[in-house]
Amino acid sequence: MLYRETGQFKTTYSADMAMLPLRQDRIALGALLVFAFVGIPLLAHFAVWPFGNEYLLRAILLPFLILSLAAIGVNILIGYCGQISLGSGAFMAIGAYMAYKFGTGMPEIGLPALPVLPSILLGGVCSAIVGVLFGIPSLRIKGLYLAVATLAAQFFFDWLFLRVKWFTNYAPSGSVSAPELNVFGWVVDEPIERYLFCLAFVVFFAFVAKNLVRGAIGRQWMAIRDMDIAAELMGIRPFFAKLSAFAVSSFMVGVAGALWAFVYLGAWEPLAFSIDRSLQLLFMVIIGGLGSILGSFLGAGFILMVPIFLNVVPSELGVPLSTETISHLEFIIFGSLICFLLIKEPHGFARLVSLAKEKLRLWPFPY
Amino acid sequence: MKKLVAASVVIGASLASVAPALAQGGEQFIPVLSYRTGAYAVNGVPFANGGVDYLALLNDRDGGINGVKIGFEECETGYATDKGVECYERLKGKGATGASYVSPLSTGITFALTEKAPGDKIPLLTLGYGRSESRNGAVFPWNFIAMGSYWTGASVAVQHVAKEFGGLDKLKGKKITLVYHDSPYGKEPIPALEALAAKHGFVFKGVPVTHPGVEQKSQWLSIRQDRPDYVLLWGWGVMNGTAIKEAAAVAFPRDKIIGIWWSGAEPDVLPAGDGAKGYKALMLQHGPGQFGVHAEIKKHLIDKGKSLAKDDFGQVLYNRGLINSFIGTEAIRTAMKKYGNKPMTGEQVRWGFENLDITEARIKEAGFEGMMKPLKLSCSDHQGADVARVQQWDGKEWKVISDYYTADRDVLDKLVAEQSAKYAVEKKITPRDCSKPD
Repeated sequence: MLYRETGQFKTTYSADMAMLPLRQDRIALGALLVFAFVGIPLLAHFAVWPFGNEYLLRAILLPFLILSLAAIGVNILIGYCGQISLGSGAFMAIGAYMAYKFGTGMPEIGLPALPVLPSILLGGVCSAIVGVLFGIPSLRIKGLYLAVATLAAQFFFDWLFLRVKWFTNYAPSGSVSAPELNVFGWVVDEPIERYLFCLAFVVFFAFVAKNLVRGAIGRQWMAIRDMDIAAELMGIRPFFAKLSAFAVSSFMVGVAGALWAFVYLGAWEPLAFSIDRSLQLLFMVIIGGLGSILGSFLGAGFILMVPIFLNVVPSELGVPLSTETISHLEFIIFGSLICFLLIKEPHGFARLVSLAKEKLRLWPFPY
Repeated sequence: MKKLVAASVVIGASLASVAPALAQGGEQFIPVLSYRTGAYAVNGVPFANGGVDYLALLNDRDGGINGVKIGFEECETGYATDKGVECYERLKGKGATGASYVSPLSTGITFALTEKAPGDKIPLLTLGYGRSESRNGAVFPWNFIAMGSYWTGASVAVQHVAKEFGGLDKLKGKKITLVYHDSPYGKEPIPALEALAAKHGFVFKGVPVTHPGVEQKSQWLSIRQDRPDYVLLWGWGVMNGTAIKEAAAVAFPRDKIIGIWWSGAEPDVLPAGDGAKGYKALMLQHGPGQFGVHAEIKKHLIDKGKSLAKDDFGQVLYNRGLINSFIGTEAIRTAMKKYGNKPMTGEQVRWGFENLDITEARIKEAGFEGMMKPLKLSCSDHQGADVARVQQWDGKEWKVISDYYTADRDVLDKLVAEQSAKYAVEKKITPRDCSKPD
């Protein structure tokens, strides 16, 4: 009744091709953006529960946003272009360490310390370049074999950032800390400022991604994913399509890595971007929905928040359980939830959302 | 549709669960970052038990600190930096005045929290671990690396090696190899060892072991090939036991291995069985055993079934957990002397740490006699002690085999000054003037 397109006539091609053809979707997205950009800061400012709590902003929303961005990147590669990658953690690490190098300057080549914004973006560019290099094998090998090739990237960069001291500015312990987050004189240090800083990145790149995947390049990616030989016969160049997917994906993952290091952790070592991080991102896109930008957000939210939720609940309810019991319970419940979800809905949360939309269109008179 | 409703209920409930716990008014809150699961649990459990038991003892016996009840809550970090940061954010605002101090128990988490603590005004107590250069309180006002740093440990280990060879002058040309956990923790001693190698003329070599450290075959084979005169071990969790087993497998003499104080507890040697006989480790002043405070804990907690400690009661890391909580609560006590008997804020506790003076008499009174030496911290010295002993595992228990060594401050102070100055420049910190009272 509420959610249907009756009466919305499209009179131009551009209206027909719009990102969100339904008016209700546009209103919902607009409202969500207004809430995220204006509502949450206001609620936080007036300390309205639960937004007045720093914990929500710094330990839940911040990592959620950053990992969503990384998940979008991974989803472009795996979900849209069908190239399985286990090296996402490495690309995050490249983004983080190169942003650090740009942010602290490279006197060897006469490069002064750059401001934070270009550093983060250049970190993403470096990650994209490396992504293209490691994407070259994808022209010859497919599926699980490619996954193994990208796994090599993961271990190689773990090793590189541990061993080559230039990347850590010769810090004795190998742990580096982010430079001050100063964007055109605006020092991003309050939790709400950090949140807005990341939100701006995530919203911008989410729109870029959404528009890329429904444009010509995205259609090429999907053609390659669905059947690469047929795509090639139709005139799509696998070389360009696959490597551009690697470049775009690695760029976003790299920017997310730089944000993770600079904004969330503050100081980090290569372990922050280990193989566990790659797998976590892979699970996010599988649970959220392969080939869906919305799914990236849902998957990131699920993988990140459910363990925290399971961990916090017993102590907040006052259930007397020991810390180890709680954390073992967390593993058990979280694992079973993933199994349950994948059995009930193998296409992830994004599919659940589209099912819900289908049903909403008929509500309240389904047939 | 039902699924959607269920999902929104779950999300709503999770938001509700992160609501600030305001109902704990009047308590002095101490967060406990611990790990009871994962590859480092063997060491994390006894430390957490000791830390929690001492706080529970103060509550049970004295009603808290000077009548102010202690609130504490554990959070499982699994030794992972991002989980540690999440735990810190979760617990820092609890209690009447927020967290009084945080002990991250991981060098990686310490590095991340060093960036956050000044903004939140919460002191970090890193007992025998963390950033070695944070001894310089002028640059690191919020870090308290009480009792010793990895550089202290490196210097003491080298002195013991020298003593076995017959003097520091005998070190020339000797080969000393460091087998280390490839993380900030394991890498910390390297600059100190390099400086000491330059001073005494021994050949230093580092052999990294990847986290979590169950895979060490190639490292020990290369050691067998290289035949160093001594091996230093900087391991944690399962890495320690594995290292000793592998050393036994390649027949490297165990009495030519010295572990840091985090590689010298019972769970590190027991898995290796007889292979661990002769293995040595540094002591962060204390060893295993039961002292005055243990009798109190037995009376007030263990006999009443209020403690999680079992076999680990009186073990090395359990005792270290006790000392950690002892030093932290003494800082709160010191702060209360100045600010009154009410819950202290992080800033006040920081003052307490900086003016901490644990005397012989106080140690005796609290039941820690025989476990630690007097400790005095100040603005310019956030470490307060430079001594350590060496213990040896005889197959059944740890035996103290040396007297106290004092670290070589000629070398280390220079390193502290250099590295902390570098940090100050990087972070645009103007070092405080420690000659002025605050």
